[in-house]
Amino acid sequence: MHSFTTLPAAPGVGYKPQHYAEILAGAGPVGWLEIHAENYMGDGGRPLAQLRALAERFPISVHGVGLSIGGEGRLDAEHLARLKHLVGWLNPASFSEHLAWSTHDSAFLNDLLPLPYTNATLDRVVAHVDEVQDTLGRQMLLENPSSYLAFSESTWDEPDFLREIARRTGCGLLLDVNNVFVSATNLGFTPQAYIEGFALDQVGEIHLGGHDEDEDDHGAPLLIDSHGREVADPVWALLSHTLVRSGPKPLLIEWDTDVPAWPVLAEEARRAEEALARLAVAA
Amino acid sequence: MSQQAFHHALLDPARPVPDGLTDGAGHPAGRRYAVYRNNVAVSLTEALITGFPACAALLGADNMSRIAGRFLRQHPPASPLMIHWGAAFPAFLDGLDGLGRLPFLSDVARLELALRRAYHAADATPVAPDALLSIPEDRLGLARLRLAPSIQIVKSRWPVAEIRAYALGLGPAPTSGAQEIAVLRPDYDPEPHVLPPQGHAFLAALQANMPLAAAVTQCGPGFDPAPCLALLLGHGAITEILT
Repeated sequence: MHSFTTLPAAPGVGYKPQHYAEILAGAGPVGWLEIHAENYMGDGGRPLAQLRALAERFPISVHGVGLSIGGEGRLDAEHLARLKHLVGWLNPASFSEHLAWSTHDSAFLNDLLPLPYTNATLDRVVAHVDEVQDTLGRQMLLENPSSYLAFSESTWDEPDFLREIARRTGCGLLLDVNNVFVSATNLGFTPQAYIEGFALDQVGEIHLGGHDEDEDDHGAPLLIDSHGREVADPVWALLSHTLVRSGPKPLLIEWDTDVPAWPVLAEEARRAEEALARLAVAA
Repeated sequence: MSQQAFHHALLDPARPVPDGLTDGAGHPAGRRYAVYRNNVAVSLTEALITGFPACAALLGADNMSRIAGRFLRQHPPASPLMIHWGAAFPAFLDGLDGLGRLPFLSDVARLELALRRAYHAADATPVAPDALLSIPEDRLGLARLRLAPSIQIVKSRWPVAEIRAYALGLGPAPTSGAQEIAVLRPDYDPEPHVLPPQGHAFLAALQANMPLAAAVTQCGPGFDPAPCLALLLGHGAITEILT
């Protein structure tokens, strides 16, 4: 199988099977695709056949949602083995996972749950990232979460916590600027300051997605990371703020619920392409 | 705080929001914690509706959500492979009271599970449609047929293939009675096929690697294997003939 070794500094989209024919007929500005690892862990059938065909044409980013890297328990050895198998035969351009947990007492909760940022959780996440990278035999990227609450026991801020994980494990980082905007709104910090504190030289990929608006008990805005609509304007602005400091990066549009027709998704990718083009002009 | 505390309160809305969670300005997290509760319940409910669309259509949105809410608390996924979650759903439905109007529901769930298993099963290369013709007649009875990994068989005292099709708007109102069904996947799209009586027992015997003549015999006197074999061969469901 043909292998693309890196993600290009171009727009990519989260792959949805309903877009298969249109992507193969001409993906427009889309230069690479991201898949959720767990959807391609069946034994065969259409999902794997489509993935093989797409991987001939596009660099693929494998994005895991089930490793529970922030979990208190040991990593699920069976799941790690499944991941090793997928990454082994596909040889994707990138593998990434989340700074979050999703499994406890062997129950998988299908959501990315938050952890406090302390020296103890830092040691645990570092050990888990080491184990993943040793098992897969490659560098992984770790993504910043979207947060709806904070832990009073936290002693690290998030950019420093991620920078320290990258320093100790050699992993790269996946910067989700929508998550930054959502967390900043929800927890009352300045998103630009977060970006300025982030280890941008470690960033291998940037995520963009849509969020919903709600309120907390006190009427304060509470943004929900829904991946169900267009990227919001302030998030595009935050992307530009980021790109000026980071230089061009692979930019992913995530749209996972109420998935739109292909032209709508391709238009979001075109906006990402414009953001990269403006950067080139400015340089 | 421990993940144990965070986890327990997620699945039990009667428990208070765990201590030590704030809004970022030091106020208790309150409703912010409910975002995670909601995300877990909604994402698992949606996964169940995606996996069992005919059951969801038969129950209606409110009933399906209520039943899913009970199921996801009793049988949360045991692995991150959501493509396989729900194997316990048919038996769970059997144990529910109040489904008297839908006595066939758990069998519809069994069929939907079979279709999903077939969809994700390993690929295999079938033998030629006329492959059985080349086996000498005196060796045919001892031949063992290897079936495609995607084959699933379902037996119900209800016409579940018709009920499913009707629920999904794919067919007319059900009229027949009990059904024995083989789910076959010639390429990538699994489809249910109604088998003749004893067809389920015949295919189960072949799956258990029984020689052809013995598989026919255990189906009782008068069983004709020809329609089942034609169906299997015509849909690429036999991958090897061992003589």
